Amino acid sequence: MSKPNGPESQTLTLVLSATPYITDAVEEAPIFPIGPDSRRCAKSTRPIDFKTNRNAMARSKELVPGVGRLSRSSVFARRGLYKGQKKSTKPAEVETPVTKQATVGGDKNGATRVVPTKKAPRFYPAEDVRQPKKSRKAPKPANLRSSITPGTVLILLAGRFRGKRVVFLKQLASGLLLVTGPYKVNGVPLRRVNQAYVIASSTKVDLGDFKVDEKINDAYFAKPAAKGSRSAEEEFFSEGKPKEKAAFPESKAADQKTVDAAVVAAIKKTQYLDKYIKATFGLSKGQFPHQLTF
Amino acid sequence: MPAQPSNFRRFVEVGRVVLLKSGPQEGQIAVIAEIIDHNRAIIDGPTTGVPRQSFPYRHLSLTPFILSTLPRGAGTGVVRKHLEKDGTVEKWEKSSWAQRRAAIAKRRSLNDFERFVVMVAKKARRDRVRKTLAKASA
Repeated sequence: MSKPNGPESQTLTLVLSATPYITDAVEEAPIFPIGPDSRRCAKSTRPIDFKTNRNAMARSKELVPGVGRLSRSSVFARRGLYKGQKKSTKPAEVETPVTKQATVGGDKNGATRVVPTKKAPRFYPAEDVRQPKKSRKAPKPANLRSSITPGTVLILLAGRFRGKRVVFLKQLASGLLLVTGPYKVNGVPLRRVNQAYVIASSTKVDLGDFKVDEKINDAYFAKPAAKGSRSAEEEFFSEGKPKEKAAFPESKAADQKTVDAAVVAAIKKTQYLDKYIKATFGLSKGQFPHQLTF
Repeated sequence: MPAQPSNFRRFVEVGRVVLLKSGPQEGQIAVIAEIIDHNRAIIDGPTTGVPRQSFPYRHLSLTPFILSTLPRGAGTGVVRKHLEKDGTVEKWEKSSWAQRRAAIAKRRSLNDFERFVVMVAKKARRDRVRKTLAKASA
């Protein structure tokens, strides 16, 4: 391009200056293959919510729109909120009126005029920053596998109890399965497991009309909130000492007992079933899970 | 070369009872009614649920049983008569081959709990054998 101001660009500027239908002229130009509506969408500016995003933005500069330099966890680490929430009293907001009286010079201007307190910005950002799309989708709890019914013996495949055979009690609202060893038989307590990490066997324990207490739900298994923040000093000097273990709550132990009583009674009805549940599952030589029937 | 008696004992011949190794009737026995060529034979099993059909030898196993009086190219009715008279199916089911096959199939069909119970039973048997042996040899 030796001549940037060729005859074509000159005519274009002429057209732009001459005709009042500027937008029409641009729309007809072949360089905008997309329709006028989509163009308008791309141009629309949504204000960036700096108020809620300020702390994150200050540390994690955007690399490209919607992607920060730092990960969510590293922003969290840098903000240092884990040390304790910063507590500062907000200064009382001073209400500023939207408009104010201003004196204007000139005899014919009426001496005063109502003007906005804050001037409208003179410039708009040349390039629009795209906001990441907010997803309104939420995962649904998983459908229970048809082979799993209350009383089904499950084989756990993951976690610290992997290989254990446990008894399924019910599905919780979150979609996780409530199981028990029972604790008395094989040491697996009331526990939530994901059905993806479970083999459902065809063996069933007849639980009859036994119903698990409604209080044993997802919230029942939530970790109790940490009591206060231990000071850094205390933590430093207690190093090497084992952390004192919180005793298992009496109420939960009692819940375990009531559930176990019913399940163990049902297990006892079948010979060897208690031994079976106590034993762990494993594959021996020449056994392949896809060839076995469970 | 003088004609030597063959070392083989089972031959593809009319009346030979065969075990099917593939197809919908896999695991059933049938009788060779007619030999088509060196690849296929007409087999028939009127008492074992095998319809009269041509079957490749590749997918057949020869059993030691034979209906020696079966005429060549016998129809289904004649084959049935011979099978019933000979009691071939009973003989087959009593054979260790058939029993082993049944045992393997049964083991395969066991579920996890049943496998466990078998394991417990085998342990008990082992224990008793060991103890009895120790007592006898002491």
